[in-house]
Amino acid sequence: MNFAVLIQISIGAILINNFVLARMLGLCPFLGVSKKLSGAFGMGMAVTFVMGIASAFTWTIDTFILVPCDLSYLQTVIFILVIASLVQLVEMVLQKFSPALYESLGIYLPLITTNCAVLAVALINSRENPFTGKEFTFVEAFVNGVASGVGFTVALALMAGIREKLELAPVWKPLEGLPLAFISAGLVALAFLGFLGLSFSSATGG
Amino acid sequence: MIAEELKRGVVGENPIFALALGLCPALAITTSVTNALGMGVAVIFVLTGSNIIISSVRKWIPDKVRIPCYITIIATFVTVVDLWMKAHAPVLNRQLGIFVPLIVVNCIILARAESYASQNNVRKSAIDGIAIGAGFALSLVAIAAVREVLGNNRLFGLTVIPGFRPMLVFAVAPGGFFTVAALLAIINYLRLKKERSRQ
Repeated sequence: MNFAVLIQISIGAILINNFVLARMLGLCPFLGVSKKLSGAFGMGMAVTFVMGIASAFTWTIDTFILVPCDLSYLQTVIFILVIASLVQLVEMVLQKFSPALYESLGIYLPLITTNCAVLAVALINSRENPFTGKEFTFVEAFVNGVASGVGFTVALALMAGIREKLELAPVWKPLEGLPLAFISAGLVALAFLGFLGLSFSSATGG
Repeated sequence: MIAEELKRGVVGENPIFALALGLCPALAITTSVTNALGMGVAVIFVLTGSNIIISSVRKWIPDKVRIPCYITIIATFVTVVDLWMKAHAPVLNRQLGIFVPLIVVNCIILARAESYASQNNVRKSAIDGIAIGAGFALSLVAIAAVREVLGNNRLFGLTVIPGFRPMLVFAVAPGGFFTVAALLAIINYLRLKKERSRQ
């Protein structure tokens, strides 16, 4: 167990390779649910939750079933089915055992199945870990999933804050709505480029 | 009829600029026109194939489990594309990376399955797949052309404007956002102008 690697993975997933702003994954919810700050937090929490659980499950299935049985070509089909059923399961479990959490996350959960960020983290976990040069271990995969979800939440919250301020601003007509959202996202992404300076790639990992 | 459908897919119901669906690949892989074309062709294939299969089995799929069924059908076609690309176009496959398997969760494909292929016959669904796919592919190529010329000053490996120093920002993530914003604004401007002249 190597904590330095876990820290590298977390900083990498949250700041340097932010899922939304650097890898450009999960843009549909990023633009769709970022109109209100409260909604953005709810969506972010739900995504983080599902991404963590989904990484744990897909990693286990990939390592203990798909790879030993030489079925890696079924990855896409299996992963998406696992994610879709996990989302359903999470929804049911939450509804039964934690109605309060269900109230706040419930409406976002069905949207997550088609959020490409969840499938993407499962696929990234089945490839080589860029920090160690080896396969992801279970803990690394789980941390990667949660950290990517946190990165998604950070981007979504930033965007929602900006869009709440811009709502009342007078804007040139053709730029209203989506184009303005894209420009704000571009500016935030530009700022996130600065985090490249934190990159560990040249340093030898712990 | 086919020309009309194509016009609908490219202009009226353009997946990216009119419906704002399938944005992730539109921003992530449009750093070069070659990548955009590869992605566009892959999406046309998956969309047409899944539309044909879904519309031909639409009467047997129970309503409650239709989404998982659609996703399985789509995932099968995506796996076909992925394996084919790995065998015959490994360079392109490496460039597109995880965005090839991610075609599964491209919102356009599920949206067409749900709103069109599950209600129309096979022939119409096939044409719809080609039309909407062509709209998607053309939008990708348009975005990629802007980004590649401004970001690298290159198109299909040739220098476009001699002596022009490329703006690197267009080759990375923020440039993608800015390009789409600019293209959307131009389209909105033209549409508003047309509406105003009609009044």
